[in-house]
Amino acid sequence: MNWFRRPKYTTLTPLSQKREKLPQGGIWIKCEECNELIYKKEWLKLLKVCPKCGFHFQISPEERIKIIFDKGSWKESFSEIKPVDSLGFKDIKGYRERLTEYQKKVGSLDAITCGKGKIRGITVASCLLDFSFMGGSMGSVMGEKIALTAEMAQAERIPLLIFSASGGARMQEGIVSLLQMAKTVSAINLLKKEGGFYLSVLCNPTTGGVAASFAFLGDIVIAEPKALIGFAGPRVIEQTIKEKLPPGFQRAEFLSEHGMVDMVVKRKELKEKIFYLVRFFTVSQ
Amino acid sequence: MQEILSFEGHLLEIEKEIERADNPDSLKALKRRLSLEKKNFSENLSPYQKVLLARHPKRPHLSDYIEGLFSNFIELSGDRLFADDQAIIGGCGIIGKKKVMVIGQEKGRSTQEKIKRNFGMAHPEGYRKARRLMELSARFGIPVLTFIDTSGAYPGIGAEERGQSLAIAESICASFNLAVPIISTIIGEGGSGGALAIGVCDRLLMLEYSIYSVASPEACAAILWRDQSKTEEASCNLHLTASDLSRLGIADQIIKEPIGGAHWDYDKITRELKSVLLSNLKELIGMDKGKLLEKRREKFRKIGVFEEGIKVW
Repeated sequence: MNWFRRPKYTTLTPLSQKREKLPQGGIWIKCEECNELIYKKEWLKLLKVCPKCGFHFQISPEERIKIIFDKGSWKESFSEIKPVDSLGFKDIKGYRERLTEYQKKVGSLDAITCGKGKIRGITVASCLLDFSFMGGSMGSVMGEKIALTAEMAQAERIPLLIFSASGGARMQEGIVSLLQMAKTVSAINLLKKEGGFYLSVLCNPTTGGVAASFAFLGDIVIAEPKALIGFAGPRVIEQTIKEKLPPGFQRAEFLSEHGMVDMVVKRKELKEKIFYLVRFFTVSQ
Repeated sequence: MQEILSFEGHLLEIEKEIERADNPDSLKALKRRLSLEKKNFSENLSPYQKVLLARHPKRPHLSDYIEGLFSNFIELSGDRLFADDQAIIGGCGIIGKKKVMVIGQEKGRSTQEKIKRNFGMAHPEGYRKARRLMELSARFGIPVLTFIDTSGAYPGIGAEERGQSLAIAESICASFNLAVPIISTIIGEGGSGGALAIGVCDRLLMLEYSIYSVASPEACAAILWRDQSKTEEASCNLHLTASDLSRLGIADQIIKEPIGGAHWDYDKITRELKSVLLSNLKELIGMDKGKLLEKRREKFRKIGVFEEGIKVW
């Protein structure tokens, strides 16, 4: 009896919503935010920012290192630290299997890269989170590397700069991943007490255990435009309060309005702003 | 809200029979049967059943313990910034002649109270109150006892607007600077960052059927399995029971509960908890302040499982 339910007329989908799948490696890409088609070369020149709506696409630690640090100045540290499946965690797939898959796909051991680099001549210690590796989730490796980098910054008396992009704690490591929040906070706390300067940049997205630990404890906190930043994810909030969330909720600009971040800085101006702040707070006149 | 968990129904049946029993012989037999069944019950609990026990509607909450644990308890309120969050109870009291600051979540029991307490899910103002009281306590050298019983920090619009992440991070951070002993006890549910916010401590105690987890098994099932019905499987995989945490070296001590769970005997569990708290306090009070902070930092610094190569800096 299907014909009773057949719609009387069909609706045409607007062109902008129809452009869902584009062939990989083409010369056009689609903006995740405004669905606009962007000429890839122009997009790359703009550091992966949409020319129409200003949406900042996620970028890898390698790409960010190129944008922020002086050419050839980056030296990676603690690169040998590897994740292990200590609980024998298995959901649809085993954690071990999942790790191998991501390591192959992303080309790094976990969701974080640490090291030292120069910003217009000033040496800083830095951590860069990688959302493309299991949602940038924080497990033992991230906890340890953040702590080590903070300790390195403290020992060498150089500023610490962290770029966060994470969905939160890594569930596959159970309670140990939750406690990485305390471990990283403790390291940052010590650095700050010893007079170290910590600048935190919140990229898209920064939520959960990462937001509720080291990411928000920067002496200065910068957010990238339109980045999703918060404790609970928007879907969880919608399910809890059973209401639609207001537009722009939990975006960088919303946080700025509520006094939660110092500034929202566009990617192309980020290096200059960081340089100014690091110099202002750490280099004597 | 269902008052009885399906897997403990048979215990309540026997208890009803005991109430009805009139001759001493059958009473004796029934009592023996009950204790045997309870023992059987306690020994064969699955992780998920422990989750249900940790959230048992009759399980004692912080407000049930306060009277038995502390004399002269006075509640202290407010974060001095926005509001008083009733999901977290704070106050000062005396336990075995020792002054302590008490901070912990309260879920509430009646519907009205649950709403008042927001089901034990704190807003930023709750964590800011906790931090204020911890810092106040440290200034006067008074130890801090925290009691954890929450499914997590509240996910809501106001909570986000007022900086839930920041409030939790700052509360964790402040705990590392308190030069007084901190003992945290998980009395029911230790849910995620909302629990850890008051969970940085020198000693972590857990009641036998309490849980401590990075995410609720429901959330974990929904995210990783994309299937709510996998909650039981998630409970096993998360390793969230007190015995799991003791094995992992996270929980320092497990407090035995009355057979069948804390809800069978409030007085007994309160006495047990009190004696464990006192013995731990005794060990910590009088420790050198610098050493106390150093040890607390070390305790958390070494948590983590990974493979290590050569250090390169």
